[in-house]
Amino acid sequence: MTEITLFHYLTLAAILFVIGIFGIFLNRKNIIVILMSVELMLLAVNINFVAFSAHLNDLHGQVFTMFILTVAAAEAAIGLAILMTFFRNKGRILVDDLSELKG
Amino acid sequence: MIAGAVFYIFACVLIFSALLVITARNPVHSVLFLILAFFNAAGLFVLLGAEFVGMILAIVYVGAVAVLFLFVVMMLDVDFAGLRKGFMPYVPLGLIIGGVLLIELTILYLAWGSSESASMVLAAPIDGAAKSNTHALGNILYTDYIFPFQVSGLILLVAMIGAITLTLRHRPGVKKQNISKQLKTQPSDVVELVKVKSGEGV
Repeated sequence: MTEITLFHYLTLAAILFVIGIFGIFLNRKNIIVILMSVELMLLAVNINFVAFSAHLNDLHGQVFTMFILTVAAAEAAIGLAILMTFFRNKGRILVDDLSELKG
Repeated sequence: MIAGAVFYIFACVLIFSALLVITARNPVHSVLFLILAFFNAAGLFVLLGAEFVGMILAIVYVGAVAVLFLFVVMMLDVDFAGLRKGFMPYVPLGLIIGGVLLIELTILYLAWGSSESASMVLAAPIDGAAKSNTHALGNILYTDYIFPFQVSGLILLVAMIGAITLTLRHRPGVKKQNISKQLKTQPSDVVELVKVKSGEGV
């Protein structure tokens, strides 16, 4: 087993990011799973930040990881609140119904 | 050696659970695998020497975001089986886009190299011996990054107010306590003195 380098972490993050993108295609009708896929992609970005922070020996990457965590938490809260309102109005959560808003 | 084995265990469980997040039939299982993925990512962060971010990930994501997802999935009475129908046409497209992106990222990482002078321009070098990770992080978070830190607090406040206003609902016909109305009530509004003649009743 070889030494774990930056490349290992970057590859892991890339695979995780692609899984997130693929999840959006796979569950393109289900908003809840799409939101979860977005969370997975943000997690991949966080892994990149922390891996570079450890590799370059610089702490700023970890600070930015915390800001990303903040924005991700806010995004999840707002997204789920919109989802609740949408479900209350329509009785279902199909992504196709969301096109009603276009002018 | 040990660190390598731990990395591979965490990484394999992370990718496995991420795959199950997007393929599970039941969304509750998706959320539970999302929690597992976050725990493994927190383990990887600890392995990288970022203990504080790892613990924050476990607390914020598992304790707040994933539980929020779980609440919403369980509260909404959605026909999840129907949502799965008709996704097969999009699988090849998703595979193509994902594969292209993965190849691009791999080429990028293979070609990438750190600059010779990168170690000279570090803004906040990690000094492992002098301070713990949390201590060092707090030192620059509350000095260099005080304004972004405050703004992130503001973002959370706006998100909280937004979530409350979006989901607040005023239903007519529900009895509620109105404190200012209660306090403004005068005795003359609610008490009526009736002069009753003796022997006649009210």
